[in-house]
Amino acid sequence: MEKTSRRGALAGFGSAATKPTQTQWKTIEPREAIRQRYFPEVVLRTQDNRPVRLYEDLVKDKIVLINFMYANCDRICPRIVHNLTTVHKLLGDRAGRDVFLCSFTLDPTHDTPAALKKYAAMHNAGGPGWSFLTGSPATMEMLRRKLGFTDPDPVRDKDRENHIGNVRYGNEARCLWGACPGMSRPEFIVESLSWVDRPKSA
Amino acid sequence: MPNQRDYDNARRNRQELIAAGLTSRRDLYKMGLLSAGGYLVAKVGLSSRAWSKDGGGNTQSPPTRSFVDPLPILVVKQPVASLNPAPTVAPNTAAGEGRTIAHQALSKFPPQKFYQIVQSQIQAQMSPDLPVQTIWGYDGVSPGPVYHAKYGEPILVRNVNNLPANNGGFGNNTVSTHLHNGHTPSESDGFPCYFFNPGQFYDHHYPNVLAGFTDPQFASAGGDIRESLSTLFYHDHRIDFTAQNVYKGLVGQYLLFNNFDTGDETTGFRLPSGQFDVPMIFADRVFDPKTGQLFFDLFNLDGILGDKFLVNGKIQPFFQVAPRRYRLRWTNSGPSRWYQLFLTDPNNLATTIPFWQIANDGNLLPKPVQVTSVELGVAERADVIIDFSKFKPGQSIYIENRLEQTDGRGPTGNVLAAGQGNFILRFDVVLPAVADASQDPATVTKYYDLPPVDLSNIKVSRNFRFERGNGQWQINGQFADCNINRFTVTQNTSEVWTLVNSSGGWMHPIHIHFEEHQIISRNGAPPPLVEKSRKDVIQVHHDETNQIFFRFRDFTGRYPLHCHNVVHEDHAMMALWSIEPSGDTNPQP
Repeated sequence: MEKTSRRGALAGFGSAATKPTQTQWKTIEPREAIRQRYFPEVVLRTQDNRPVRLYEDLVKDKIVLINFMYANCDRICPRIVHNLTTVHKLLGDRAGRDVFLCSFTLDPTHDTPAALKKYAAMHNAGGPGWSFLTGSPATMEMLRRKLGFTDPDPVRDKDRENHIGNVRYGNEARCLWGACPGMSRPEFIVESLSWVDRPKSA
Repeated sequence: MPNQRDYDNARRNRQELIAAGLTSRRDLYKMGLLSAGGYLVAKVGLSSRAWSKDGGGNTQSPPTRSFVDPLPILVVKQPVASLNPAPTVAPNTAAGEGRTIAHQALSKFPPQKFYQIVQSQIQAQMSPDLPVQTIWGYDGVSPGPVYHAKYGEPILVRNVNNLPANNGGFGNNTVSTHLHNGHTPSESDGFPCYFFNPGQFYDHHYPNVLAGFTDPQFASAGGDIRESLSTLFYHDHRIDFTAQNVYKGLVGQYLLFNNFDTGDETTGFRLPSGQFDVPMIFADRVFDPKTGQLFFDLFNLDGILGDKFLVNGKIQPFFQVAPRRYRLRWTNSGPSRWYQLFLTDPNNLATTIPFWQIANDGNLLPKPVQVTSVELGVAERADVIIDFSKFKPGQSIYIENRLEQTDGRGPTGNVLAAGQGNFILRFDVVLPAVADASQDPATVTKYYDLPPVDLSNIKVSRNFRFERGNGQWQINGQFADCNINRFTVTQNTSEVWTLVNSSGGWMHPIHIHFEEHQIISRNGAPPPLVEKSRKDVIQVHHDETNQIFFRFRDFTGRYPLHCHNVVHEDHAMMALWSIEPSGDTNPQP
């Protein structure tokens, strides 16, 4: 009969037997905590080959819709891009004013700025406030993970053809973040946006 | 100073980076992922799932002591003499009511009691080793107060939204409160799309009436007594933000009593009552190790697992008990974890400690069932009776979750050995002996018969596939949409629904609003004994096909069906349907 130490036998008791010696709790503004966790300091390039900073230029103070695509995707991307084109139209002059769309590529090797520009033109996508974005493979992969466009199954996660088809939407200044399927009706995507449509300051 | 866990995490992260093609140290430095010492910074990982093997894809909470706080006893909700302005059938828009649909049964079931409940920002101390948390609650507390309601006594609850504009990092202050389990008219049920704004109120009419009251055979009894509900709970249900809002504190309990489940252990079924009838709302949570603040992973699509276990708002509390029977009402409030709860004696890990399960999803079983554990998916409830006189005075017994789970997909299937699971609460049998007038469950021959599953009279059979497509949760290939009514049930008919889960490694606790269902079969076989019950949440396991039987009586309007892993629910695993005098027969809605 084996004897296990009491501590070993009761793994789930809780991690501290005595009052933990506290390091001073840090205070981090929630908005800043979100920035640190999800929006790394990277520089990307738009379809116009303009360098942009992810947080400062694309997300900060904005209402954003974020999705991932790639030009050679012939499964879900055409439908999602089509939906977003309708969304963009429905947004009217708010697109590019306070509401922005960011489509990040899953295939930065092929999706150069020029290729993205061509893709956008081909699909009647793009326009004011809608950026297609690329960068180094390392950067784009890290971004994909940070923004949660991953599958917990590593095998499925490598299958680009079956990539995550969500549209993440948010009001960065107000810490309001949600997600809806990219294949929802475009009118419903716009309705979802209305749920985070608040002024920048509370 | 990094410890072994840090090294393990770092090694896992490095492997992930290599797999992702991120091998350049320069890249890693640029991304802020490499510390000066060359160690990968563990805290802000590559993905929210990067270091998931311990706690399910999240930050690891700071250490807290266990069993230092007593179990909070939920405060009982008190009625008010009147509401001003008085409730009206039509929404009182001018006075700021956010309801948009008239009460369908207010004059038929005039309220005998009135309540006002207020949602607001609150301060909560979840552990003495964590800073005060700024969260949301009902009437200043989370969980909110517990309603003691009675069949035959309709009530009206004025739900006031005083939530703040600043959400502190997560949560949406436009809300819709659902009374889970209630046989409630649609406009009072907390439909996900019927949310209302801060500054507004929303009147909920809870008739507290038995299902079947419009059926002539039950008219004189006021409904089918076999449909009596006992343990309900309420929580926010706002579309797309349910997980955030419930995680932030918007949950509470609602108990329904009648002539059998009386609230007095000397009458009716003689169930333990008063201070011996104790609601326990389980929740698992994550806290940021740097700030000590409650942390919600906003970009998680799969399910959030907490590494801190709360009961009634406190981490791992203790509960002093007298050596007699207690009725414990257990609710898994999520967000995503599956539990299998055992009683554990740490000085005698080899002993199994049996106890009695008397209700499933708040419905008293046909009779008590002796069990050694209870499984709870999110939103499932179990009422149990534990007789503490069976233990020695001064003894401590623990509620232990032994179901192993490492990510939001579902449990691994492993039931851990006693002592290797999560300790949730400690019972201390230290109070003096007191009289016990409740009935020993071993001697109970019947609570309620099950209403008959009448398969000869089915109006329509429908099929529902629960799937994951491109990271999004689907029902029959479609997503939640406020403006789409997927199907219409004909009022006062029955249906059979087949629920199919072919989403690979995922499990889903599926909840259908309105009436309780009964499980006809699981993969063709009859359900286990504790599931021979009326239920409102059905666990749909890996690669499983389940058939359930429903009646849809008395009320009309819109209702949802959805996965109650609230992270899945928010990423669209929900279908909105309705009950109308005339419905459809679409088998694949």
